[in-house]
Parts: sequence; structure tokens; C-alpha cells
Amino acid sequence: MKYEIQPTLPPPASMVGVIGWMRKHLFNGPINSVATIVVGYFLISFLVPTIQWIFIDADWVGDSRDACTSGGACWVFINNRLDQFLYGFYPEAEHWRVQTAFILLIGSIIWLVMPQTPKKGLVAALLLVVYPVVAFFLLYGDIFGLETVETHLWGGLSLTLVLAVVGIVASLPLGILLALGRQSEMPIVKSVCVIFIEIWRGVPLITVLFMASVMLPLFFPEGMSFDKLLRALIGITLFQSAYMAEVIRGGLQAIPKGQYEAADALGLGYWQKMILIIMPQALKLMIPGIVNTFIALFKDTSLVLIIGLFDVLAIGQAANQDPKWIGYSTESYLFVALLFWVFCFSMSRYSQQLERQLHTGH
Amino acid sequence: MSSDISNSGHNPEGGPAKPKAPPQNKPKFWNDPKKRSLLFQVLLLSALGFVFYSIIDNTLTNLEQRGITTGFDFLTEEAGFGIAMSLIDYTEASSYGMTFIVGLMNTILIALMGIFAATILGFLLGVARLSDNWLISKASTIYIETFRNIPLLLQIFFWYYAVLRTLPHPRQSMEFFGTFLNNRGFIVPAPVAEDGFGVVVFGFFAALIGSWLISRWSKKRQELTGQQFPVFWASLGLIVGIPLVLFMLSGMPLGLDHPELKGFNFKGGITVIPELIALWFALSIYTAAFIAETVRAGILAVSHGQTEAATALGMSKAKTLRLIVIPQALRVVIPPLTSQYLNLTKNSSLATAIGYPDLVNVFAGTTLNQTGQAIEVIAMTMAVYLTLSLLTSTFMNWYNSRIQLTER
Repeated sequence: MKYEIQPTLPPPASMVGVIGWMRKHLFNGPINSVATIVVGYFLISFLVPTIQWIFIDADWVGDSRDACTSGGACWVFINNRLDQFLYGFYPEAEHWRVQTAFILLIGSIIWLVMPQTPKKGLVAALLLVVYPVVAFFLLYGDIFGLETVETHLWGGLSLTLVLAVVGIVASLPLGILLALGRQSEMPIVKSVCVIFIEIWRGVPLITVLFMASVMLPLFFPEGMSFDKLLRALIGITLFQSAYMAEVIRGGLQAIPKGQYEAADALGLGYWQKMILIIMPQALKLMIPGIVNTFIALFKDTSLVLIIGLFDVLAIGQAANQDPKWIGYSTESYLFVALLFWVFCFSMSRYSQQLERQLHTGH
Repeated sequence: MSSDISNSGHNPEGGPAKPKAPPQNKPKFWNDPKKRSLLFQVLLLSALGFVFYSIIDNTLTNLEQRGITTGFDFLTEEAGFGIAMSLIDYTEASSYGMTFIVGLMNTILIALMGIFAATILGFLLGVARLSDNWLISKASTIYIETFRNIPLLLQIFFWYYAVLRTLPHPRQSMEFFGTFLNNRGFIVPAPVAEDGFGVVVFGFFAALIGSWLISRWSKKRQELTGQQFPVFWASLGLIVGIPLVLFMLSGMPLGLDHPELKGFNFKGGITVIPELIALWFALSIYTAAFIAETVRAGILAVSHGQTEAATALGMSKAKTLRLIVIPQALRVVIPPLTSQYLNLTKNSSLATAIGYPDLVNVFAGTTLNQTGQAIEVIAMTMAVYLTLSLLTSTFMNWYNSRIQLTER
């Protein structure tokens, strides 16, 4: 008698491949099967007409609304106003300035995000300190023979980016100071910081913007007038710095106590301890939190339309009022939503990936 | 944690200073951390004092030049403008103070409505995202990632301008079961309380008190004897049953005021204005995405060992969920949940963009423009939101200290 191990039989057809996957993930049990069918039915009955409306039946090219005949989305509307959506009322001959500023920004961000590039610290410092100045003169002009472009002409996506980038860059140093102050042992410094942080965090951004546009001019001597954009930026920065301070405080608290004590034991002073020991470790932990605040700020910049600035959403609102294009508001909202979504979603993915990288597990 | 960062610099003397130490070894006053921090704080205070003084001085001068008197006297003056929606009696003859109350109540209304809807939707989505059904978990993920990455203001505009404003006129209203939907809003029959309805309301509150007493009694009994009592079902029976029985006994004292089309608009019934609907949809949908993430994180935070231990003890799946997983998940969920509620309340101020008469729109908008009392109006508006947020954080601190794990 000869014993021989039989070759393993292939798994039954119902357990592998598409059918097996569906059995495991969609139809494992009666309740799940019913749920799959019900949810699937609703999804299909919603998605199919939507996709048909957005892509298949849509009109893409043309000059006026006469080109929109097929009954789907009228992307001609967006196409015709794309320049406005991106640059607002910035003079067309000067668009290259906005583009240059934008490319510089994207370039340095890519440099920072890529894992293998050298000199990250230098690039980050340039981005935080030198770039804002360069970008301001690029956009505003009035230097090196560049034509002056008043801020009321700024608008569209470029204004949204200006608001968000300035808001985050300016609120970072203020936030660091506030966070350090909140942890200080000096009672007056501590209470001033706590009051400042809690007040700004407790009120909605819209009242802050109202305050910046209505009350700020009252606070300064007669004749000292501020540009509307600058007022909005001051409001946003103050508001944002309170949130930033809380993120930074979180990072500071995550540093083990031993680090502080070791620095004290080495005889380092307060600023030496903070700059050399605590901050380098804490900043790394804070990056995901800072990115998350940035996402929130980026979405919140849309509120400036209430005080009369033309960010990308306000441009969309204005476009909807155009009598030549009445009835296509859905298209413009979808387009603006897509712009915001692409920015926010990619940033949140980046911050999640960072969190995973930094989570080394203590 | 604040004690971690001490401001103490290096003390050159070290140890207890000897009284006999020669005077030239005494640290300079800027090397003495105590004196230095005192100096620093005095400087800070005087700088702040100067800033505030100049702000107040400038403001007073500026206001005088514009001929605006400061003070809260304007609150008693007649407002003279109408408000689209008011929960209390308000006419154009009411005072500016009343506009504050009306706006505040409308803010509270939208906040409560939003919190209610966003909580239900958010919990469903959060659980759905953890479902082992691929389709449901992916659908929930897509919902969350879409709606939390689009600005709320844009969503409000979408619901208001692209959906609700494009509905047909009142004459071509869509009708479902006696309710009407058109571009003026959603019109439902209004319940009218007739004589004797007070008894039903009384019965409802009596049932609430009764079920609270039952839950106390059953808890005591369980501690003493170990016997359990179905508190949930008994309370439900009381709260639904007593008012229902009283309602039937007193001859159904509740009438309905049906809306009717008269001319170009509806008469009677309750009209829910489209601004409220748009704001409610947008706030709930947006906040639900955040709540869902909170809930998911809370459920994931309960370690698998807990569920396994409960199973090993022979608990049923429902009991495990109710007695083991949910109480521990709530500990993680409730603090961020409260801050989401607070965010929702603060975000409801975006109402002003579509003209829902909330506090910011009515008071910090129309009232401010009519009176020019920018300082007082903005200060009152900010004070409302600030009070809400302080109350919330007080609650959160109290809750956190109550549920904190006591380790032995």
C-alpha cells in the first residue's frame, strides 16, 4: 500500500476571486446583504444621473450660454470665467506676477514635502521669512518699475491663497509666544495669554472680521486708514494665532518632563532650553496639528466675502448674478467646491501620513 | 504642566546663599529670576495699559467726531425694521433690545436643530465607517472626506441659492401630505392647542419625573439585591403612555391649522423659511462629518481585549456594546463632541450670508448699521458667543474630572 499526499484541492469557486470577495465583504449574512442592496440601489440611482450630468451630457467649450444645449452641466460658464476665478480682477497683463508668486510657493512646498531633498531648514526659513516679502512686492508692485496693483483688484483663488498663507505665517510666531506665555510661571503673563487665547477661540471668525472691518478704524488716530485686505488679515491673524497657540501647547506638553529637567540640570537658561532642546522636538510633533489648523483656516478664508473681499467663492457668487449666465449656479458652486476640496484633501492626506511617520511609539 | 517650564535661569551662587557673602558676589538684579520676572511683568502690564489707553482714547475721539454717543441707551429706542422670523412677538415698533433677544433666540434655535440632526447623522456615519460591509464603509468614508473638505459657507450657498431658491413659486408648490414646499419655504400645518391640552403637557412632565424616580429606585434595588429592572422600557412606556392616555381621555384637544393658498402666498400653518432650512442642512451635513470621525476614534479607542473579556464572561453582543464598549467610547467621544457642538453654534453665525435672522445678522448687522454703535453691538455679540464657549468648557472640565479613570 502506498500512501501519497494528495495535491491540495483548489478552494471552491465561491470563496475566491470576485465572488469570494463579494461574499466576504458585501453579503456576509442576511442583514449585510439587505444593507448592501439598499445602499447600492440608492447610490446607483444618485450617482448615475449625477455623473451623466457632470461629464457625459455636459458642454465644455463655447463663448456664450447658447453653447449649452445638451441639458447637462454647462462648464462653458466656468471656462469663460476661469481667469476671474483664478486671479479676480487683477489686470490681465500682470497675471504672470501672480503665477510667479504661486510657482515659488508650490516649488518650495514640494521641496519641503519631498522626503529626500537637502537643506529643508533653509528652505523653510526662506519660505517663512523671505517669501512673504517677495510675494508682496510681486503682487502689489510699486517697486522695480512694476505697475502698482491695488488690493481691491486682487481676488479669486490667488486672494484665497494670500489670505491663508499670510494668516498661517503671521500667526505662527504669535502662536509660539502665546503658547510659551500660557505655560509661563509669571502670573500676569500667563493670565494675559490665557485671556487672549480664550477670547479669540470663543468667538466666531465672522464677528472677528466684522470687528476688524467696523471697529479697527476707530481704534487708530484720525487719518490713519487701513486697506480692507489688511484689516481682514489682521483679524484672521489674531484669530488664528489663538488656535495656533493651542496646537503648539499640545506639542510642548507632549515632550517628556525629563527633557525640561535635563536642560535645567545642564544649566541652560529659559530661551536656550526652549530653542535648543524643547522646540526642535516639539515642532516636529506639531506639524500635523499645524497642517490641520491650516486646513481650517483655508476653508474659513471664504468668510471674507461677507466683508466685501472677492475670494474665489465671492467670485463664484458674483458670476452667478451675471444676467448673461443666470441659472448655472450649481456649476460654479461645484467648481469652487472642487478647488477647495483638492487643496484641503491633499493637505489632510499629507498630515495623516506625517502622523503615521512621526508615530514612533514611546 | 505649567510647572514644567520654570523661568529660573542659572543661579550663579547655587544652594542657600550665605549671609556673609561679599557684596560683589551678589547676582546682578537682571540675573535674579525673581526680580527679572517681576520687571518683565511690570513692563508687559504697562505696555498693555498704554495700548488700551491709546485705543480707548482714539476711539472716544473718533466717536465724538462722528457724533456717536457711547452707552447702551440705544437698546430702548424703537428699532423700526422687520425681522423675517421671530419666535416671540416682535414688531417694527419693538426696541433694539428686542432685536437682540430675537436674534439670540433664532441662533439658539438653529444651534439646537443643527446639534440634533448632526449628532444622529454623525453617529450613524461613524459606525457605518467601521462597518465590515465594504460598500457601507466606503460610502461613509466618501461622505466624510467630501463634506469636511468643502467650506461651510459654500455648502450654505449651495443649499440656499442652487437648491431652495430654484424651487417653484407658491402657486406651483410641491405638496406632500398636507405640507407644501416652494421657494418661500416649507409650509406645514400648525398644531393648535385647545382647552384641556395643558393636562397632556402636565402628564408628560409627570412621566419624566416618574421615570427619573424609577431609575433611582431600580439602581438602589440592584445594588441591594442584584435584581434588575427594565428601566428603559418602563420609562418609555410612561413617557409615551401617560400623555397619550390623557390625550385620548380629554377628547383629543389638539387642532390643526391647515395652510391654504390665498392669492400669491399661503395663509395659515407654520412657514419654515428657506434660509433656516438651508442653514440647517448645511450645518448638520458639515458637522456630521466631523462628529463621525470623533465617534469612530472613540470606538476604536476601546481596546479589543475589552470586547473579548466581555464575551468570555458570557455577555451577549448587545450587552457588551451597551455595558462595555459604549461607556468607554463615550469617555473619549464626549469632550471633542462638545467642542463640535460649540463649533456648530459659532458656525451658525454664517447665517448672515444668506439672511437668516440670527444674532449676527439682526443685531451685528441691521441694528449696528442703523445705530452706528459698533463698539457696544460687537461687544454684546462677542459676549454671547464667549459665554457659550466658557459654559461649554466649564462643562467639559467638570465632565473630564468626573469620568477620569481612577487608577489604584
